[in-house]
Amino acid sequence: MYRSQRLALRYLTAAMVLFGLMVVFGILASIYYVHPTFLLNTFNFNTAKILHINTLIIWHLMGFFGAVYWFLPGETGREVEGIALAEIMFWVFCAAVAIVAAVFIFVQYGASDEFSMWFINQGRKYVEAPRWAAIGILAVALVFGYNVVASAVKSTRRSGILMVLIFDLIPLVVLYLDAFPAMTDMSKDLFWWWWLVHLWVEATWEILIGCIMAWALMELLGTSRRVVESWLYVEVALVLGTGILGLGHHYFWIGTPGYWLGIGGFFSALEPLPLLGMVIHAIYDSGTRHLRAGNRPALYWTLAEAFGNFIGAGVWGFMMTLPQINLYSHGTQWTASHGHFAFWGAYSCGVIAVLYLAVAGSRERKALDGRAWKWSFALLNLGMLGMVGGLLVAGMDQAFFERALGGSTWGAFIALQHRPWYVEGMWTRMGFGVLFAAGYAMLMYDVLTIGKRRRGEAEEPLKEAAA
Amino acid sequence: MYTRDPAFWRAGAIASTLFMSAVLVILAVNSLDAITPGGSHVPLYDVINNQISYSYDSARGEYVPKIGGQELLFNHEYSETEAKALIGKGKMVIQSRACMDCHTFFGNGAYYAPDLTRAWLDPVWAEYPGTKRGDAMAAFLMHPFRLGYHEMPNLHLSRDEAQAAVAYLKWMSAVDTNGFPNGFGVAQAK
Ligand code: HEC
Ligand code: HEM
Ligand code: HEM
Ligand SMILES: [Fe+2]
Repeated sequence: MYRSQRLALRYLTAAMVLFGLMVVFGILASIYYVHPTFLLNTFNFNTAKILHINTLIIWHLMGFFGAVYWFLPGETGREVEGIALAEIMFWVFCAAVAIVAAVFIFVQYGASDEFSMWFINQGRKYVEAPRWAAIGILAVALVFGYNVVASAVKSTRRSGILMVLIFDLIPLVVLYLDAFPAMTDMSKDLFWWWWLVHLWVEATWEILIGCIMAWALMELLGTSRRVVESWLYVEVALVLGTGILGLGHHYFWIGTPGYWLGIGGFFSALEPLPLLGMVIHAIYDSGTRHLRAGNRPALYWTLAEAFGNFIGAGVWGFMMTLPQINLYSHGTQWTASHGHFAFWGAYSCGVIAVLYLAVAGSRERKALDGRAWKWSFALLNLGMLGMVGGLLVAGMDQAFFERALGGSTWGAFIALQHRPWYVEGMWTRMGFGVLFAAGYAMLMYDVLTIGKRRRGEAEEPLKEAAA
Repeated sequence: MYTRDPAFWRAGAIASTLFMSAVLVILAVNSLDAITPGGSHVPLYDVINNQISYSYDSARGEYVPKIGGQELLFNHEYSETEAKALIGKGKMVIQSRACMDCHTFFGNGAYYAPDLTRAWLDPVWAEYPGTKRGDAMAAFLMHPFRLGYHEMPNLHLSRDEAQAAVAYLKWMSAVDTNGFPNGFGVAQAK
């Protein structure tokens, strides 16, 4: 195993630990909705939410770094350039995350001055981390970028996938600079903030996970490089062709001119197309192999990624992306429903698929199977479906009653809190969240033990495949 | 066939990316102009010296904020520079306390508490006539009370901080948001 791959295992481990913390903070955040005085003035809702969504971003970034460090040596046929620096940066990353989490938990917020921005909490959604930590993350990302570019330069093998990844890293890092400013004008603040949020998750991250899943498919199913690369280019063309101007679906109501209603609505309505393309690609590839991959969990998580991306991001996003609907669905639990489903489908499932490939690789197994992964697969996906279902019902109720009929006032908000569908949605989200947590526990049990068990059990699918 | 050659698709990817990015940059320049205070959609900060209302504009087919005559905030007439400093402070209050991880601003944020886009114009606060409204809201921010299902915590705002946040909300209520939130205040209007 390359040093880079050992680093990958470390990154994936850290990602899974943060995934666990994210689930804990998610369940915590959901309790405030059903228990009105829960931890009031001690540990307020916003602190729980900040911890939930920041661990969300960080564990995915760590998962992506892990995936790239895992595949990169195989792709370039050599150890990753600058690996020693990368190993140091891993610990820098972990230390920064731990300190920021401790400050969020124990200090929570500061006075309205620059000190708070630099050392406590910047209070901008998803990028609340204080500026010193954002600089740290930027440094980690720059070293990561250097690793990828330098390895490609030193290697004689420069594949199309690798080149796409390199070009994607530029906007990925540049957009993160958006995590620093504190503009007075809320319209301008949000205008730029969406470049970070939307152009990350609906453009640069989509390309990044596209590269990662391309490598995963080649390793998992032995799909030919020519096919995978052509698909990747089609995906880039369509994702960026629709997603860049699709940014306009966040510019309907923040003070920006009215032309965004047409432009944003039109282009974002096309955004599901590439996601549908990926489903077709995944079905085609696994169909030609009759679903027979040695690494069963990785195959199922790869398929879950393709479907989840299309349904969670594409279908759930499409539902509320036209301004005529969004005028009412905007900023409701409906948004939260889509946010959960899309992140889970597009990114979390992909990271878990790579995790299983790395587990197999590090335990020198071609095949992986068993019973535990099926339980965790079922519980996690069922938990997620239950949560987003509850949130969708609550969100539609909110869109119709608080927004459309109630006119979004404080009074309309209060009335909503007592509406049965909304209340039931909040309980449903919490209940299925607990189910999801059980799935997480099962996943951890499985990745720690799978492939270490009796050889016979693990080799079963190979026999099946041979039969 | 040419479609079997990845290079064909690569050319398509590069072309569509460059073209769409160029269009985005042009639109961004235009939009930034409109959302600069004093631009077509965002008022100057000294709008806090005026009365603000929100009503249906039948020509545009949507709700639009209207700026009326003088209605001072905290009994003070702010120059544009003073107003800018005050509202800048308000933004720092909003960021430092992470209001956005409970509330939404222009519909962006968290869904635990009411949308604050037009909070200044909320029927609850409209009960307070003239300059009393600012004081009532500042008092609430310093010592929140419960009206609904769950209450807002005490975030230890000083009087200055609370007033700056109120000024922020007043300025924000005058931003033209293409009709969001639709029908604000009408359902409860007396
Ligand atoms: C922990 C969550 C939380 C945080 C943080 C928070 N609020 Fe609130 N806020 C609430 C809740 C909940 C209500 C509704 C209370 C009720 O219904 O009784 C509320 C109500 C309000 C209201 C009255 C509602 C209206 O529409 O006019 C205003 C104004 C307000 N908050 C402003 C702020 C500002 C400004 C900040 C940041 C300095 C802030 N809030 C931070 C939870 C929060
Ligand atoms: C992987 C892809 C995607 C992810 C991870 C994702 C995630 C999210 C998240 C987290 C939000 C909430 C943002 C916030 O206010 O904090 C959001 C909002 C939104 N998304 Fe997506 N999304 C994806 C793709 C899409 C697609 C393809 C569409 C459209 C077809 C779409 C349409 C929307 C819309 C319209 C909103 C705004 C909701 C509102 O007005 O409140 N998304 N998305
Ligand atoms: C145990 C399961 C989980 C529970 C109970 C939970 C609960 C919550 C709650 C209560 C919020 C705050 C929403 C609000 O502002 O009202 C939230 C936000 C969010 N969560 Fe989760 N969550 C869970 C798991 C996940 C997972 C697995 C993901 C993604 C992979 C995720 C992604 C998000 C995102 C993107 C947001 C921000 C959404 C927005 O503000 O629009 N959560 N979650
Ligand atoms: Fe978006």
